[in-house]
Amino acid sequence: MAFFQAEQMSVSFGGLMALNAVSFDVEEGDVFAIIGPNGAGKTTIFNCINRYYDLNGGRFLLKGRDITRVRPHVVAEMGIARTFQNIELFRNATVIENLLLGRHRRRRSNLFTEALFTRSVRRQEMQSREKAEEVIDFLDLQPYRDLPVASLPYGVQKTVELGRALAMEPALLLLDEPSSGLNMEETQDLAFWLSDIKEELGITILLVEHNMRFVREASDRVLALDFGQAIAQGLPGEVLQHPDVMKAYLGDEGAFTAS
Amino acid sequence: MRFEMKRSYYQDIRLFKYRSTFFWYLALLAGCILVPLLLDDYFRSQLTFICLYSTVTVSLMLLSGYTGQISLGHAAFFAIGSYTSAILTTKGVPFLLALPAAGVLSALVGIVIGLPALRLSGLYLAIATMGFAFIVEEILARWETVTQGNLGMLVDPPSVGSFSFDTELRYFYLAFFILILTVLAARNILRSPTGRAMIAIRDSEVAAQAMGVNLAKFKTMAFAISAFFTGIGGSLYAHKLTFISPECYTILVSIEFLAMIIIGGLGSLHGAVYGTAFIIFLPQLIILSKGYLPASVADQTGLEPALYGLMIMLFILLEPMGIYGIWRKTKFYFEMFPLYKKDTFRREKKYFKAERH
Amino acid sequence: MLITWPYPNAPAEVPPLPRGGFLRSRARRLRWATPGLPTPYRSAVSMELVNEVLQTIVSGIAIGCIYGLVALGFVLIYKATEVMNFAQGEMLVVGAFLAYTLITVLHFPYWTALLATIVILSLLGMLLERVVLRPLIGEPVFAIVMLTIGLSYFMRSVVSMIPGWGTDTYGFRTPFTERFWRPGDLVVSWEHLSIILITLTLIMVLFWFFRFTRVGVAMRATSQNQLAAVYMGISVKRVFSLTWTISAALGGVAGILLSPITFVHMNMGFLALRAFPAAVLGGFGSIPGAIVGGLIIGVTESLAGVYLPVGWKDIAAYIILILVLMIRPEGLFGIQQKKKV
Repeated sequence: MAFFQAEQMSVSFGGLMALNAVSFDVEEGDVFAIIGPNGAGKTTIFNCINRYYDLNGGRFLLKGRDITRVRPHVVAEMGIARTFQNIELFRNATVIENLLLGRHRRRRSNLFTEALFTRSVRRQEMQSREKAEEVIDFLDLQPYRDLPVASLPYGVQKTVELGRALAMEPALLLLDEPSSGLNMEETQDLAFWLSDIKEELGITILLVEHNMRFVREASDRVLALDFGQAIAQGLPGEVLQHPDVMKAYLGDEGAFTAS
Repeated sequence: MRFEMKRSYYQDIRLFKYRSTFFWYLALLAGCILVPLLLDDYFRSQLTFICLYSTVTVSLMLLSGYTGQISLGHAAFFAIGSYTSAILTTKGVPFLLALPAAGVLSALVGIVIGLPALRLSGLYLAIATMGFAFIVEEILARWETVTQGNLGMLVDPPSVGSFSFDTELRYFYLAFFILILTVLAARNILRSPTGRAMIAIRDSEVAAQAMGVNLAKFKTMAFAISAFFTGIGGSLYAHKLTFISPECYTILVSIEFLAMIIIGGLGSLHGAVYGTAFIIFLPQLIILSKGYLPASVADQTGLEPALYGLMIMLFILLEPMGIYGIWRKTKFYFEMFPLYKKDTFRREKKYFKAERH
Repeated sequence: MLITWPYPNAPAEVPPLPRGGFLRSRARRLRWATPGLPTPYRSAVSMELVNEVLQTIVSGIAIGCIYGLVALGFVLIYKATEVMNFAQGEMLVVGAFLAYTLITVLHFPYWTALLATIVILSLLGMLLERVVLRPLIGEPVFAIVMLTIGLSYFMRSVVSMIPGWGTDTYGFRTPFTERFWRPGDLVVSWEHLSIILITLTLIMVLFWFFRFTRVGVAMRATSQNQLAAVYMGISVKRVFSLTWTISAALGGVAGILLSPITFVHMNMGFLALRAFPAAVLGGFGSIPGAIVGGLIIGVTESLAGVYLPVGWKDIAAYIILILVLMIRPEGLFGIQQKKKV
C-alpha cells in the first residue's frame, strides 16, 4: 500500500472536465512531480487534496485512510502541508508570525487557558517558537525574521511560504510551482533544500513544476497530465522522453526533441 | 532607536516589550486611579463612559480589526447585555451574577450570528449584521412582556453585598477595573495561537485553512468573544443610565462603535481606547469650537452629526492608521530624530484594483 | 412634525365609514398602505378582499420600484468599483429636497424639476466621486464602507442645516396627486402607477445604454476586469465618475418618486437601508436582480403591513435578507465566485 494514493480523481466545473479519472500513487519518502502544460489540471489536484474543491468522483487515501470528504482543516491536521502558486502569505504579519501559524495544528490549549495565559500555554508558545527558529535556521531566513512579509522580495516570500509549510511538521508536502519566478541561484537553493527535506526530515514531497531541468534533477517519479487526463507516469527520464508528453508541450508538428 | 538583545523566547511573548514600558503603564494606572479623585462628577461620568465603551470597542477591535469580520450590528449585543442585566437584577439576581450572565447570553447570541457569518465575507457580512441589529431592535420594542417595549425599563445601580456603586466615583472604578480585565484578556488572546489564527483569517482564509485553522470554529469564537465583552459593556451601561429603552440601541450606535475603532486606528487595542475617548469628547470639542463659528452655523442641531461624519471621512482619507497611527508616527519621529525621513509612512498610490477578489 | 401643503385648497375630507369594528381597522391600515385613497367600503365584501389584496400588491410594487432603483444604484457602483455606497440613501433625500425647492419655491413645472434634479444630482455624484472616493481606490473594503457611512452622516446633517430645508417634513404637488385609475372596482393611485411607469422607462433606457452604446459596454468591461479595461484604452477613472453620476441620478429620481408617498424629510434615507436586502436578494452583481429583489421586498413589506401584526412590516426586509444570506448568498441572479488559488 502506497503512502498516498489517488484513485480515479474526477472534477468538473460546469461542463468543463478539469480532471478525468486521474490515478497515481506516491511511495513514502519520494519526491513525486506532476507536470503538464497550463490548464492541465495540476493545481486542481492540489486544490482537491486540500479540499478547496470537492471531487466529483474517485478518492484519495493517505496511509490507507480515505480523506476525500474531510473538512479542509482536518487535512492539515493529518499532516498534509501545502504552498500556493500565487503566494498566500499573511501579509500584515512578520515572518516569524507566519511560521508560528504553521504550528497551529499543535495547539493544545483552549480559549480560556489562553485568555489567562497559563503556564501550559506559555510552555507551548516557547516550544512553538523553538521549532519556528529551527525552520528559520534551515532556510536561512534570519535577516528577515521580524520584517513584515509584504515588504520582502518575491523569492524570500516563496521561501517563507515553504518555511510555513515545514513548520507544520508534515508527513506530505505539496509544493505548487515552487520555482516559478525564481532565478537560477534561488532555484539551486530550492533544489538543495528539497533534497535536505527529503533526507533529513523524511517528508514525502508532491511537486507541480514547469521547470524540466529541476524536475529531472529533483524528482524520483513523474506524472504527466494534459487536459485533465494522465498521460504517463514513471521515472523522469522515461516520462520526459515519452512522445505523448512531448506532443502535449510542443504540439503535433514538433519535430524537436525535448532538452 | 532602541535595539533589543533577546536572550530567551520568553522575551518575544512578554506583554511589555521593554521594562520602561511596564513602568509607564504602572504610572498610567496610578494616574487613572488618582486623577478622578480630583475631578468633578461630570468628568468622572465621562471617564466612566469611556471605560465602558472601551470594553465594547476593544472587543469589536478583536472581531473587526484582527479577525477582519465587519460587524455593523454590535448595538444588538450591547442591547442584549443591557436588557439581560436589567431584567435579572430586577428579578433579584445579584449584580455579580447578572454581569457575567449578560456577557454569556450575548456570547450565545453571538454564536448564533456567527453561523451565517461562516459563509459570508466583507460586505455581505456587514449587511447581514446590520439586518440582524434591526431585527433585535424590533424584538426589544415588541416583546413587551419581558422588556416593557418602548416604555423602557428602570434599572437599579449595581451593588455587591451591601456596597452599592451609586456614586460616580465608585462606578468609575468598577468600569475601569472591568476595562483592565478586558484588555488583559484581549492581549493574552492576541499573543496566543487563537490570536494568530484570527489574524490569519483576516489576511488569507485559504492559507489559514491549509494550516489547520478551523474557520468555522474560530470565526464563531471571535463573534462569541466580542459579543461577550460587548454584553458586559452593555450591562455596565444599563446600570449607569438607570433607564434604558430600545431607542438607545439603534444602528447609529453600531456605527458609532465602528467609528471609534476606525478613528482610533484599526489593528491595535490602544487605538480602540483612543478612538473611544475621541468620540466621547467630540461633543465637548464641538461646543468649545462653537464660539469660533458664526452664529448661523453654530446654532444648528445638525452641526454635531455633521462634524462627526466629517471626522470619520477625514480620518479615513488622510490618516487611515487613526489616532494610534498619529501616535506611532510621532513616537517614531522622535526616536529617529534627526534622521526621520518625511516619506517613511507614505502609502503606495494605487490607481485601480488589479484583482477581483 | 410640521406638514406644510402649499395648496390653494385644503384636501378633501375622507367620508366616515358607515360600519365599525373589523372593517374600520382594516380600512385604517389600508389607508396607510395607499395614502390619499378613499376607502373602498362601498364595494361588496368578497370583491373587497380581492381588491384589497390587489391594491396592497400594487402599492407594494410601487415601493418595490423605489427599492429597486436604490438597489440599482448600489449594484452599479459595486459592480464597477467594488465599493458599497451607504450614502445612496442621502442621494434620495437630496433629490427629494431639491425637487421640493424647485417646485414649490421656484415654481418649476414638475417635469422640468425632475430633469433639473437629475442634472444637479449627477453633478453631485461626480463631485463626490472625485473628492471622496477617488483617493481610496484599492484600499480595503472596511475603510471604504466606513467612508461612505461617514459621508451619509455628513450629508444628512448638512441637509438638516440648509435654511429652508431643516428637520421639517414637506410635500409637493405632482401631476399625479389625487388622481386615480379605476379599472372596474379597483382604485389605483396614479402616484403609484407613475412610479412603476417611470421606473420601467428608466430601466429600458439603462438597458439600451449598457447594451448598445460604447460607453455602456466600456462600463461593463471595467466592472469585469479593470486591468484589462485599462489595457484596452478605457479610462477607468472616467468610468468610475460615470458610474457614480448615474447612481446619484437614480437615487435622486427615487427620491422624487418617493416624496408623494412618504413626504420629504431628512430621515427618508433610512428607507434606502431596506434596499440593501433587495440588492442582496437579487444578487449583488446583477442589474435585473436589483429590480426584481426590490419588487419582491416591496410587495412582501406591503402585504406584511396589512395582514401581519404591527412591527413585522419593518423587519420583513431584514428577515428576507438573513434567509437569503443563509440559503443562497449569491442571490437569485448572482454568480457564486470562488477565489482562484
